[in-house]
Amino acid sequence: MPEMSTLWKRANLRDRWETSPLWVRMLGSGILLAIAIYLPFVNRYPFAYIRTDLSTGGSDWSGVLTTIVIYMIVATGLNVVIGMAGLLDLGYIGFYAIGAYSVALFGSPDSPVTKWFAAHFGLSEGWSVPFVICVPIAIAIALMAGVILGAPTLRLRGDYLAIVTMGFGEIIRIISRNANGLTNGPNGVTNVPTPPGPTTATGQPFFNPIDGYRWYWLCLAILLLLIWLVRRLEYSRVGRSWLAIREDEDAAAVMGVSGFKFKLWAFAIGAAVGAIAGLLFGSKQQFVEPTGFALNLSFLFVAMVVIGGSGNVVGALFGAFLITYLPERFRFLSDARPFCFGVALVLVMILRPQGLIPNRRRARELEDRRLEAEEVATDD
Amino acid sequence: MNFHELFAHFGDLTVDGLTKGSIYALVALGYTLVYGVLKLINFAHSEVFMVGTWTVLGAYSLVGADEGSGVGLIILATLLAIVLAPLASAATALTVERVAYRPLRKKNAPSLIFLITAIGCSLVLVETFGWLLHAIFGPPFGRAAVSIPSLIPEKELISSTWITVSNTQVIVIVSAIVMMVGLDTFVNRSRLGRGVRAVAQDPDTAALMGVNQDRVIMLIFVLGGAMAGIAAFLYTLRYDITKFDIGFLIGVKAFTAAVLGGIGNLRGALVGGLLLGVVEVYSSTLFSSNWEDVTAFVVLILVLMVRPTGILGESLAKARA
Repeated sequence: MPEMSTLWKRANLRDRWETSPLWVRMLGSGILLAIAIYLPFVNRYPFAYIRTDLSTGGSDWSGVLTTIVIYMIVATGLNVVIGMAGLLDLGYIGFYAIGAYSVALFGSPDSPVTKWFAAHFGLSEGWSVPFVICVPIAIAIALMAGVILGAPTLRLRGDYLAIVTMGFGEIIRIISRNANGLTNGPNGVTNVPTPPGPTTATGQPFFNPIDGYRWYWLCLAILLLLIWLVRRLEYSRVGRSWLAIREDEDAAAVMGVSGFKFKLWAFAIGAAVGAIAGLLFGSKQQFVEPTGFALNLSFLFVAMVVIGGSGNVVGALFGAFLITYLPERFRFLSDARPFCFGVALVLVMILRPQGLIPNRRRARELEDRRLEAEEVATDD
Repeated sequence: MNFHELFAHFGDLTVDGLTKGSIYALVALGYTLVYGVLKLINFAHSEVFMVGTWTVLGAYSLVGADEGSGVGLIILATLLAIVLAPLASAATALTVERVAYRPLRKKNAPSLIFLITAIGCSLVLVETFGWLLHAIFGPPFGRAAVSIPSLIPEKELISSTWITVSNTQVIVIVSAIVMMVGLDTFVNRSRLGRGVRAVAQDPDTAALMGVNQDRVIMLIFVLGGAMAGIAAFLYTLRYDITKFDIGFLIGVKAFTAAVLGGIGNLRGALVGGLLLGVVEVYSSTLFSSNWEDVTAFVVLILVLMVRPTGILGESLAKARA
């Protein structure tokens, strides 16, 4: 039995982190958070090399950071569905679109929906739902959509689910493009409301396109809150049920875990988180239109979670960061982006199916299956 | 709801739907064969079809055939396309199998991993034509649609108030049905086909009986790929166009057709394909062509809800066991 200290040295970074005392972890998280908060203002070299607006034509740095965080929220939500419950959802973009369109349709005075309400209920011209109320509306609609889609399809085999959800994503996009009376069709909805706040010195709303860092901080705060919630879920009864279903649905059913019920939960929670991300996106853009919700984005979301490490929140966040940041920093990559994702997806699945920063339990599940296959092969 | 239009052109629409449906059916065969044996949705199959359409274009430009070319050149180009398109498609399908699926099979990976790999392969293939080849060779590759010369000009064979049938429609429908019957006979009557059915029914027992599993799996990818290549040729004959992402919608529709007829069931693919093609054409006339692509998805969701095993039931093994 080797000395405890040598064991500790041999262990990787994650083990060290998990076994260090609480104050070390608190301090470490505090420093990371401080760095994250400071990021929009980094301008001292060599650290400023991470910025995306160094050359002319580069993207606004705060804007990129906000997009990264919004996609991190997406990855957190999709991770619940793919990583924890083991359901492949290829139509996640649908929920994202529902979130964006909810805030646009109810919150913007220019949308057909608010105009209809104003005309039929004798409300004043330019009436719209305040942003704060749009949030629960968006979450409620996404939850409903999640349940409506999930209830009939979650009883199907896993691979059918993937295709049906993909269909759902396309249907949402086609509806948003074609239903002119509901969504303004291809013209999109303008004047999407922003979160409330004191007006700035120049009379701008608090969350405006110029002070991009405020959006970034807002999204960061929401991301942290969601991560905390998801982690609580993971270690709760619900999370354990997901794990059981993922590993062996029949065995779980024998133990009294209703597969359908918990899958539906995962689906609905994922949908709600996706809608929150979409809502932030729509509100930040202040303009929502159908081409922003192409199916390719759905594959991109899946790639984030899977390349990062499905089932592991940190992994999913890392995946979201990689896939959003790299093409922005290295603009010459952006056209090659889908190709690189494809190659990365295949390579990761063949060489490291558990992802770059894996969930250990999942990695063991895969390893077990591989060993089983080898046993069968040697039996021959 | 434009019922008048639907009834006024009912015959034409039906023939048009059957033409579309024949192409869906041929592509659906690829999904059905692979699913029947491996229980895997080969998401990259749509791209196998896409490669076929580009190969047709390549074959035409190889011999320099154009719309105004002489009869000899046209026959030569067409024959070349009929040979090369299935070959290229089959080679693509086989490559995907060897590079991506086989390592995963050896690891006994769960189906989620297979599906994600398949999506990855599909992205790689799409982007090869949309970006990689464009970056190397420039046009015609790239993200714009490319027109393919229609070597066999459209001619109306039957033209009455009730029904109009053109020569390409007849060619598409007839050759699709001939291919389907041929494949069905092959799987049900030949020695190799017996191996396919055996592996579909019980891979382990089949292996005990001396069936080489890996060979059967390669065979089904080649067969499915070749059918997609034929479908690609027929598609270019009828619609004269290709694009880097042309496979996606056709793939989804063909998959829907396979599920509709009963995935894993060869005859189901024909029934499902023809039915879906007709339903799609009717519905796009009834509503508007904007909604055409929703039809397949809605049909798919309804079928899976009401009868997940499809019209004829899913089974390659029991087709004529």
